[in-house]
Amino acid sequence: MSASSPAAPASPVRSVLARINLQQYVVYVGFLAIFLFFAVVLRDSGFLTQRNLVNIVLQTAPATIMAIGLVFVLSAGDIDLSFGSTVAVSALCAAMAMAAMPAAAFPVGILAGLGAGLLVGAINGVLIAWLRLPSFLVTLATMGLVAGIGRSLTQLRSIPVTDPLFTGIFGSGSLFGVPSLVIWTVVAVAIGHVVYRQTRFGAHVLATGDNARAAQVTGIKVSRIRLWVFMISGGLAGLAGLLYAGRLQAAKYTLGETDLMTVIAAVIVGGTLLNGGKGSVIGALVGSLLMGMLNNGLILMGLSVSDQMIVRGLIILVAVAVSLREKTR
Amino acid sequence: MLDTANAPVLELSNIRKAFGGIVAIEDFSLDVRAGEVVALVGDNGAGKSTLIKIISGVHAPTSGAIRIDGQEVSMPNATKAREHGIEVVYQDLALVDQQPVYMNLFLGRELTKGPLRVLDRRRMIAETERLVTELDVRIPSAHATISDLSGGQRQGIAIARATHWARKLVLLDEPTAALGVAETAKVEKTVAALKSRNIGVLIISHSLDQVFRLSDRICVLRRGKQIGVRETAKTDKNEIVSMITGV
Repeated sequence: MSASSPAAPASPVRSVLARINLQQYVVYVGFLAIFLFFAVVLRDSGFLTQRNLVNIVLQTAPATIMAIGLVFVLSAGDIDLSFGSTVAVSALCAAMAMAAMPAAAFPVGILAGLGAGLLVGAINGVLIAWLRLPSFLVTLATMGLVAGIGRSLTQLRSIPVTDPLFTGIFGSGSLFGVPSLVIWTVVAVAIGHVVYRQTRFGAHVLATGDNARAAQVTGIKVSRIRLWVFMISGGLAGLAGLLYAGRLQAAKYTLGETDLMTVIAAVIVGGTLLNGGKGSVIGALVGSLLMGMLNNGLILMGLSVSDQMIVRGLIILVAVAVSLREKTR
Repeated sequence: MLDTANAPVLELSNIRKAFGGIVAIEDFSLDVRAGEVVALVGDNGAGKSTLIKIISGVHAPTSGAIRIDGQEVSMPNATKAREHGIEVVYQDLALVDQQPVYMNLFLGRELTKGPLRVLDRRRMIAETERLVTELDVRIPSAHATISDLSGGQRQGIAIARATHWARKLVLLDEPTAALGVAETAKVEKTVAALKSRNIGVLIISHSLDQVFRLSDRICVLRRGKQIGVRETAKTDKNEIVSMITGV
């Protein structure tokens, strides 16, 4: 054991308390508080029914998947604003590819959807990691660019997705009674969490976001890490696009459009720092569920759309303020 | 005394470095032998940090040769320098603030276990505890987050990292500039321990007292040129000061 410094009293209670970082638990406390609030207020409106609760998870599945990607990007010290429009373009590419090749709809749809997402991620990554352009501006530009491509590809029409295998696996299907969207969420979060917490790659992402120069001089290939996080974000946006297309049995340019702010809020509330070096995949999952629950509960309370936006904005503000307080102290 | 044990681990010959039209280092030659502490002194802007960056692979020299154990090497990046057994303690320490001590000690060289190559935190923590005890770096625990530590503790971690991984040479860039008396003494003890492990040390310091306490030889740099190398035992502060200032 190392000797503790004389300045710090070695009281075991103190050191345990010091180890527990309250900021990291804000999302769980907030989640419980809001859950209990809705459970009481909406006890007669069906909030607590299994059907409604499962529905919340199903509805948040794409946002949760996107949130995992954003955790990696933010942790590496960058930001991705383009994943929302990437979702739409991926869904559209998948739907169009399936319509063009109905005989091999399933594999072609997956390839086209994920491929489109990875391509956008790679373009972002190359511009940011190798041309050293700021990620905020690059992804702001690709966000608009990709959204425009989505619109012009389809002349603003919706494209139906009819392949039963595809809509089953990415939408309404289930395995042993567990809806496929729940399975996707659990698998993605589990893999994301392990990669983030338990691998050298995850450690290098955090080091890059914390102190890129320190990472560089200790032999971490910072440019490669930054390219990878954007590929992950793009690829997961592609997967989210497949999930939307499967669940709605159609793809439209509006998919994912409103998710950008929700997902950023979910990730920040979940304990990931906006300026890198620290984050949590599990926290992002809970943050995303919290956002979904908020959405659901406010609708059940009968709030108008504009009131919902106001209340959601206020709650996000409070949550972000609480979770960032530690940092700005 | 140039037997094999004391053969130079590092030889710089005729190093020149220009940034565009500005010459930062001109015709610089120096060797550092195994187990020898060489101090690099000079005024601000003399080119000391540039030299450290050349040896550690951050900058490539414009011309000249770097030899390690007599072998000429090219040092295109920091990873390469580390492969050659060279470790650096940077002035800004190059620590990752929001990570625990043990992750910083293993930064870029994390230990893994199993076929999935997951991080072996337990082994990294155990190694860290052994190391900080050995070097007497007083930190609350291997789990402590760097940002919660004092300047001296952070410096201790950076030095512990370098000494742990170094096989041939440690470069120290102003290692005690921000430290108190007791912490400085501890760093100096660590440097002496490196010597006994037969590792070469090149140290930049502004404190001539420290230079005279620690070093075997002193190399003076002025405006990118080597003014001279003196054996510490055979010179005094006045001579070194006049070499630094040129008066």
